[in-house]
Amino acid sequence: MAISLTESAAQRVEKFLANRGKGIGLRLGVKTTGCSGMAYTLEFVDEMQPEDMAFESHGVKVIVDPKSLVYIDGTELDFAKEGLNEGFKFNNPNVKDECGCGESFTV
Amino acid sequence: MALLQISEPGMSAAPHKHNLAVGIDLGTTNSLVATVRSGMSTVLQDEHGHALLPSVVRYLENNGVEVGHDAQAQQSTDPTNTIVSVKRFMGRGLKDIANRAHIPYRFVENTNKESNGMLQIETRVGNKSPVEISAEILKTLRTRAEKALGGELTGAVITVPAYFDEAQRQATKDAARLAGIHVLRLLNEPTAAAVAYGLDNASEGVYVIYDLGGGTFDISVLRLSKGVFEVLATNGDSALGGDDFDHRIFCWILDQIRLKVPNFSPLSEEDTRLLLTKSRQAKEWLTDNYESQITCKLSNGYFVDITLNVSQFNEFTQNLVSKTLNPTRKAIRDAGLSLDEINGVVLVGGATRMPHIRHAVADFFKQEPLTNLDPDKVVALGAAIQANVLAGNRSDKDLLLLDVTPLSLGLETMGGLVEKIIPRNATLPVARAQEFTTFKDGQTAMSFHVLQGERELVSDCRSLAKFELRGIPPMAAGAARIRVTFQIDADGLLSVSAKEQTSGLESHVVVKPSYGLSDEEIGNMLKSSFLAAENDKQARAVREAQVEAARLLESITFAMDQDADKILSPDEKEAIYSQMEALKEIMKSDDSQAINRATEKLNKSTESFAARRMDASVTKALAGQNLDSLEI
Repeated sequence: MAISLTESAAQRVEKFLANRGKGIGLRLGVKTTGCSGMAYTLEFVDEMQPEDMAFESHGVKVIVDPKSLVYIDGTELDFAKEGLNEGFKFNNPNVKDECGCGESFTV
Repeated sequence: MALLQISEPGMSAAPHKHNLAVGIDLGTTNSLVATVRSGMSTVLQDEHGHALLPSVVRYLENNGVEVGHDAQAQQSTDPTNTIVSVKRFMGRGLKDIANRAHIPYRFVENTNKESNGMLQIETRVGNKSPVEISAEILKTLRTRAEKALGGELTGAVITVPAYFDEAQRQATKDAARLAGIHVLRLLNEPTAAAVAYGLDNASEGVYVIYDLGGGTFDISVLRLSKGVFEVLATNGDSALGGDDFDHRIFCWILDQIRLKVPNFSPLSEEDTRLLLTKSRQAKEWLTDNYESQITCKLSNGYFVDITLNVSQFNEFTQNLVSKTLNPTRKAIRDAGLSLDEINGVVLVGGATRMPHIRHAVADFFKQEPLTNLDPDKVVALGAAIQANVLAGNRSDKDLLLLDVTPLSLGLETMGGLVEKIIPRNATLPVARAQEFTTFKDGQTAMSFHVLQGERELVSDCRSLAKFELRGIPPMAAGAARIRVTFQIDADGLLSVSAKEQTSGLESHVVVKPSYGLSDEEIGNMLKSSFLAAENDKQARAVREAQVEAARLLESITFAMDQDADKILSPDEKEAIYSQMEALKEIMKSDDSQAINRATEKLNKSTESFAARRMDASVTKALAGQNLDSLEI
């Protein structure tokens, strides 16, 4: 399995990285917090950790730590617009239940 | 499923705890809101894709309110209930507004004490203050931001012109509160523009911000050192902007029509509006094109079909361009700089898109100005970057920018002099304290008069507030210790507190000055302080000598009334009285040295009287006491 980006998500990430002027890729992860147990994190990466796993999707380097990978393996990250709002969306096949807002989930 | 943004490494927010912060450019003509998404500052658009919200508020029959384009469309049909450019009235009183005859609103003097005399505008739904009207614009931007960010705002950075004084800043903050926005900080517009270009990342430098908006021109000279932007000078023209260029085209079109139809009838209001719109479109088209075709049909059936080319346009607007260069020259001169000391020039405001303005600026400064950001958006973009930092979404804590006080702040002391507590150009936030004491024996109250300005005399400075400290325990003159603390928060708002150190008695005031100062007034106050430096020094010396003389006379009068008959011979008494009279006479003059000499003389000649009084009171205190009962 792996982690992937949709093409529109990859384009955005590239743009944001270019604007930021530094960074080697995008980190996806989970934190054990939130109302339904776990929450997604999405961060720029300046430095890889030795245990990190790296994937490549549409030219963007996607980095995940092994502990997070078990919860999000197979995830496709999408970029979506909802009304005036826009941002990234995790399509995670492992999710069994989400809190109402979708910010945290259980597997 | 919620939409996520990319955070800085290690800065991911906990679920439901996003710090949604925005930057707001509350402009005279247009307002904008921007935010940082995935590390990138972006201006937020409304449902129709408009980034700019015209700063126009219209009060409707049914108590409703329209803000922005809808309100702007009704400006000419409902002029008294459609408020434009309300920013010009923020924190102002009636007497501050010049040329009231040319403004369609019915202004009302505000008798409510709370409002500190800020004017109000009569509308069909009652009297509205500029604060309330601005709050409507801010509410619209807040709604837009919350829709776009999918949550409630944590806070906002709102920009204000560098020359805004305390009253205007406070009014802006009040408007935000009324709109339900937590203000993280007010930021100077030129500083925001500099931040948008990342100039704050440089270690130091001097930057000029050339801001030509729809109806106002502002020039600011900033110095960045150690991460702090200091405003070295501001200047401008509050009645010069992009609209004047439209108007020149409009006049030119009329001239062209009259060349063909000599007795062309005056235009209807509708036609005027139509031609002004066509003029603006032509101006914008000429930014990227050599010539512009102006075609439209007027209400009398006349068909306008004229071609305007760039060189014609440049020719008849050249003097408008030159008009911006005079204030620019003055600002550079006020800042005491030469052109080669300027590290960068930033263009702000939609009107700076015009190529001949860019050329004029480049020629003047002998360097290409920074133009790669949208000049309409650059202030909002910078404010958003600052808001993002203040909301805690960045780890670089040292990026917190500071602003400075435009004028010194101080207190009135005896003799009508101003004691400066916080000097001009102190970086904000700042707190300074100084101890004062009582002037008379048994004085139980003290009044504090807070002043702003560079001059030495109270009458030459601007009064900001007055307050009193009552209930000081009676003590000898000079024994009470009253600590006065001046504190200015990061938004430039001043609070002053006074505390009597022995009793812990305290009193304070938050300064909401009654009227604003224009940039011109601030400039004049500064200039006059330089010009009058020598006079001020002398005036201060005279006042100080007078105060010292009065103090001596006061204490000698008191001592004479008590003990003169007991201690002094009639001759000695007569000698002291005559010297007192002489001093009283000399005090009225403005010769500080003569006053000081007379004071000194009186002091000397009463020395033996003072010594004998002291002996007498010691004898009195010791009389009838057993040596053992004295604690020595």
